[in-house]
Amino acid sequence: MKTVAETAPNTFRERADSFTTISGRRIERVYLPNDVADLDYSRDIADPGDFPYTRGIHPTGYRGKLWTMRQFAGFGTPEETNERYKTLLAAGGTGLSVAFDLPTLMGRDPDHELSLGEVGKCGVNVTSLADMETLFEGIALGDITTSMTINSPAAMIFAMYLVVAEKQGASWQTLSGTIQNDILKEFIAQKEYIFPPRPSMRLITDVFGFCAQQAPKWNTISVSGYHIREAGATALQELAFTLRDGLEYVQWGIDAGLDVDDFVPRLSFFFNAHSDFFEEIAKYRAARNLWAHALRERFGAKSERSWKLRFHTQTAGVSLTAQQPYNNVVRTALQALSAVLGGTNSLHTNSLDEALALPTAEAATLALRTQQIIAHESGVANMVDPLGGSYFVEKLTKDMEDGAIAYFDQIDKMGGMVEAIERGFPQKEIAESSYRFQQAVEKKDKLIVGVNAYVQENEPPIAILYIDESASEKQLAKLERLKRTRDAGAVARTLDALRRAARTDRENLMPPILDAVRAYATVGEMCDALREVWGEYEEVPII
Amino acid sequence: MRKLRVVIAKPGLDGHDRGAKVIARALRDAGMEVIYTGLRQTPEQIASAALQEDADVIGLSILSGAHNHIAPRLMELLAQKGLDDVLVVIGGIIPDVDIPKLKELGVKGVFLPGTPMQEIIDFINANARAASAR
Repeated sequence: MKTVAETAPNTFRERADSFTTISGRRIERVYLPNDVADLDYSRDIADPGDFPYTRGIHPTGYRGKLWTMRQFAGFGTPEETNERYKTLLAAGGTGLSVAFDLPTLMGRDPDHELSLGEVGKCGVNVTSLADMETLFEGIALGDITTSMTINSPAAMIFAMYLVVAEKQGASWQTLSGTIQNDILKEFIAQKEYIFPPRPSMRLITDVFGFCAQQAPKWNTISVSGYHIREAGATALQELAFTLRDGLEYVQWGIDAGLDVDDFVPRLSFFFNAHSDFFEEIAKYRAARNLWAHALRERFGAKSERSWKLRFHTQTAGVSLTAQQPYNNVVRTALQALSAVLGGTNSLHTNSLDEALALPTAEAATLALRTQQIIAHESGVANMVDPLGGSYFVEKLTKDMEDGAIAYFDQIDKMGGMVEAIERGFPQKEIAESSYRFQQAVEKKDKLIVGVNAYVQENEPPIAILYIDESASEKQLAKLERLKRTRDAGAVARTLDALRRAARTDRENLMPPILDAVRAYATVGEMCDALREVWGEYEEVPII
Repeated sequence: MRKLRVVIAKPGLDGHDRGAKVIARALRDAGMEVIYTGLRQTPEQIASAALQEDADVIGLSILSGAHNHIAPRLMELLAQKGLDDVLVVIGGIIPDVDIPKLKELGVKGVFLPGTPMQEIIDFINANARAASAR
């Protein structure tokens, strides 16, 4: 006999003909024991802390330690950003996260023509070791963890951080933090690449090898789905492309002669927390499961630490609206809650004004408070994976896993992720999804409060952070002074050594980069040295 | 009648091209001829592309805050090349206080986050130089 739930479509009218997630995934009215009948608890889900870690990598979850509340921040000069960091730490932030400006991210000094109008606008400008010293002035690097969102010039910026730590007397052996260092998602989505894919991958595996010896607590990469999602990917595409990127890095590390269990435990991940609540939770749970299986079965990793996927989450910047900006507080809170229910290891919550500008100090504090309220008032951090066993969540998790594996197979057939990128495969998939979503918004198939529904005329403007040209002027003056006062001979010598090392295939590039950093060579000069050897990447745009 | 020719460009160092690509495709679907220049174009390259492509419209996507430098330079170059009648529009993250400055320079439309595609299509159709006038 059919249950009421099964026969209901014919008897009860529904709001819409079909229901889909924000990614366009079809959702049924109700999920029943049948939907999860094929799942075996200990094989497919397991207790928190047990392989394949679907329910979490720690047996105690947040009862042991809350997630790290790590707010991404950076603007203007290193002096201004240093002040913001001290404010964030004083407000109870438990880690730092550095946002660099576009010239730094693209390996250009402030005096380059392409830096015109960009210095200090989207993040803090760091040109040389001198700026890094200022950025962390009065902050003991041995006592905090720092995440740095830097990709093409990651090795150079990391070297600067190491030298600042050294000057403060902090040991590299215990130094902890993360560099994003994920070039594949730059080619796929965010497009802040400098060098072609293959030498870019070499820089990354050099960092893996260097850290395995010299800085064993440092997270050498943050394999990022965040930007893939922001570029318009669906939740499934974010999951699949990010995990496949991760597998590509593992393969390249092994091919460079590293032992899988020596470097994989320091690989970390970074996901987006978008607006479709349960789909996001399923995505995080599926990610842990997929990584554990791939590392154990595909690469034969023996260490449990290699199997455990650790990740940072940021709420979806792209979901924020310029209209009725206070609504963004609510969006961000729900997104953050999904990340916590999905077991994130650290979290950034966006500020309400970020569709308009970089956040004001007040908006950034409110974003941090949102996390603190979830942590200490909602009660959701008092048990591990409270949604485990939900027919819907378990079914959705399984569907995400199956979908990702289908993408893995497709990319494997192309020869790997570097080859897939060279063919434009993930780029095309994302462009297609983002256009489809935009059309759904235009047709009002998807409603965005304040944008295509519940629109309000004559909204009063809110106060925003306005970054003027003073940062650019100050950074240009500092660069000019630096070039007059540093030892020009040492700069030329160390840059020559870097060029020479880049021409060989075998030499690890971290030591020559550290030497150039100590001589106060600039980010632009170090990247130019490598541009001379490797050339620059240019993409064929895909609409 | 000749189709409207639109150059979509992404100046500056920023690589966030979701908006540029979505608008390029929406304008193409609306019957316009769209040329997307790709990333990191200088004002010089954009003005040259407009000349070569015989563009009726230039659409700039700028999210990074560099508009106050890029727009004046581009408008100056367009004037030098005799392209004053090309309709210039900007989409992206532009603080309210900068909009009057951009309009004074001759940028006709500034479209902020959340603008419906149809509104941009209608604006271009209403304001681009008439194809028959060419």
